[in-house]
Amino acid sequence: MTLYALCFSLFLVGLYGLLTKRDLIKIILSSGIMGYACNLMLVLFGYRNGGIYPILEKGRDAAPMVDPLPQALVLTSIVIELGVTALLAALAIRLFQKYGSYDITKIRRLSG
Amino acid sequence: MILPYFIVIPLLSAFLIPLISRRRDTGAVILSLAAAASLLVLAGFAFFGRGGETLVYRMSAWKLPIGIPLVLDAFSAFMLMMVGLIALTSLVFSVHYIRRLGQDWRYYALFMILVTGMNGVIITGDLFNLFVFMEIALFAALALVAFGGQAHEFEASFKYAVMASVSSSFILLGIAVIYGATSMLGLATIAQSLGHASPLLVLWTGGLFMAGFGVKAAAMPFHAWLPDAHSSAPSPISAMLSGVLIKTLGIYVLVRLFYNVFGAPPLFLGIFLGLGGVSILAGVILAVGQWDIKRLLAYHSISQIGYILLGIGLGTPLGMAGAVYHTVNHAVFKSLLFYNAGALETALGTRDLRQMGNAAKLLPVTSGTSMIASLSISGIPPFNGFFSKLMIIIAAVQAGQPVLALVAVVGSLLTLASFMKVQRYGLRGGRPVERLAGEVDGAMKAAMVILAVLCLATSLLVVPAVRKATLDPVVKVIMDKTHYALTVLGK
Repeated sequence: MTLYALCFSLFLVGLYGLLTKRDLIKIILSSGIMGYACNLMLVLFGYRNGGIYPILEKGRDAAPMVDPLPQALVLTSIVIELGVTALLAALAIRLFQKYGSYDITKIRRLSG
Repeated sequence: MILPYFIVIPLLSAFLIPLISRRRDTGAVILSLAAAASLLVLAGFAFFGRGGETLVYRMSAWKLPIGIPLVLDAFSAFMLMMVGLIALTSLVFSVHYIRRLGQDWRYYALFMILVTGMNGVIITGDLFNLFVFMEIALFAALALVAFGGQAHEFEASFKYAVMASVSSSFILLGIAVIYGATSMLGLATIAQSLGHASPLLVLWTGGLFMAGFGVKAAAMPFHAWLPDAHSSAPSPISAMLSGVLIKTLGIYVLVRLFYNVFGAPPLFLGIFLGLGGVSILAGVILAVGQWDIKRLLAYHSISQIGYILLGIGLGTPLGMAGAVYHTVNHAVFKSLLFYNAGALETALGTRDLRQMGNAAKLLPVTSGTSMIASLSISGIPPFNGFFSKLMIIIAAVQAGQPVLALVAVVGSLLTLASFMKVQRYGLRGGRPVERLAGEVDGAMKAAMVILAVLCLATSLLVVPAVRKATLDPVVKVIMDKTHYALTVLGK
């Protein structure tokens, strides 16, 4: 239970950073932290106490293995996250070229 | 089986376009137009030629609790048709419009990836698969919002990207929780195993999904990204985003999850009602004050999404019919309004209503179609917006929500006021325009005329015989709630 709570608090740390930081790079890092928390949560849900790696070899029992499906999902979601981070970084670079700053309070040509 | 083709056709053309294109964009235009047209024909066939049965395609022939199914029922076929229609007209409109940024095939490749993502979200029957397709659509949308390369476009795209990644995290967390509790990822199998799960699970995951997909649908407290992104994007892309993207990633998924998987829990229907009422009023009040024509239209998207959410939240067949009907109507008239804005921007070189003047004589097609679209969105009979809003308002009164019915009526009046402003300043203003800065070509006019005709034609959906063939099967799929699971699993 502690693990789940810690994992959820990692998610909240990311959310906090995303809402309060003013630097574009820190915002990108915060969104990365949120993603890591989700991935960790997925892997945790597939884990069982004393579980072993899920490869079926000769003479091995399938019962104590951890659930392999969340690990496959996490791989997919890591790739997606890589894409998102790259896209965000590319946008941040272009924004820096246009405005000369990473500070979101200086990047205000639009008003939400 | 026609199901995989809804994903294969746009994805294949997206990757063929770079191969066949050299310096000119002719090949890309032809290929993407052909792909969009074939998707529209396929979707029309899927909707009308199936006789109301649900098709299930098992990827790689894996049996259902394990494999990933593609599911085509009346609701998904209806949405696919809408996506196909708006994608085709947007491409027709794009050809001339986007050439001012250079003859760039990348636009068409990204456009096709956007269509792939949306079709995938609509047709998949698996929660994680849905997440992946949603991210594909968002990637393409983000790149297309920033396509013009201006400073404010990057800014809007960054804001959209951050909001999208937060909401995707919420959705992924929801998927993790639901998988942890049920060990299932297929929508149908989740729906079945939720029957004997604790109500706390539905509360948790429902909250996470509501926050995540609420951002994608841009309901009122989650709307901050929409006015920037939709007003900064090139006009045909604004039409795609406002017309279909917020509906497939937002409304469609919300309805699918909360009706077909969770079985319409009353608590969440109440949240739908609240979000709907707030969105209707706040969206339109913010819209009235805008002078940038595309920002004004973007705020109206929030308000119109509010009507759809209101219809969904009522939970009655009539309310749901009104919501589904308003979904397609909004796709038609809002896309048309964004084409009009794009045509005005091309012809007059400005998006500020105060800088425009009396261009109605020089732009007869644009002004005529924008008049039709404005009347439709304001709910003036005999145009389509009137009937869908009327259905939602009647359903609200019948469901014992007279306050929300009043909110819907007031929202409609304010919509009329803000579009009178558009007509008064944008096209029939005091300053006569002598010369146009750019030309509105035949393809742009054709796209606008097609949608203007559809504004009138879709009002026929209210005729009982037509309604029985179009809206009723869709409403039946939604209102059957978790019966969806039995249909998909073939029991």
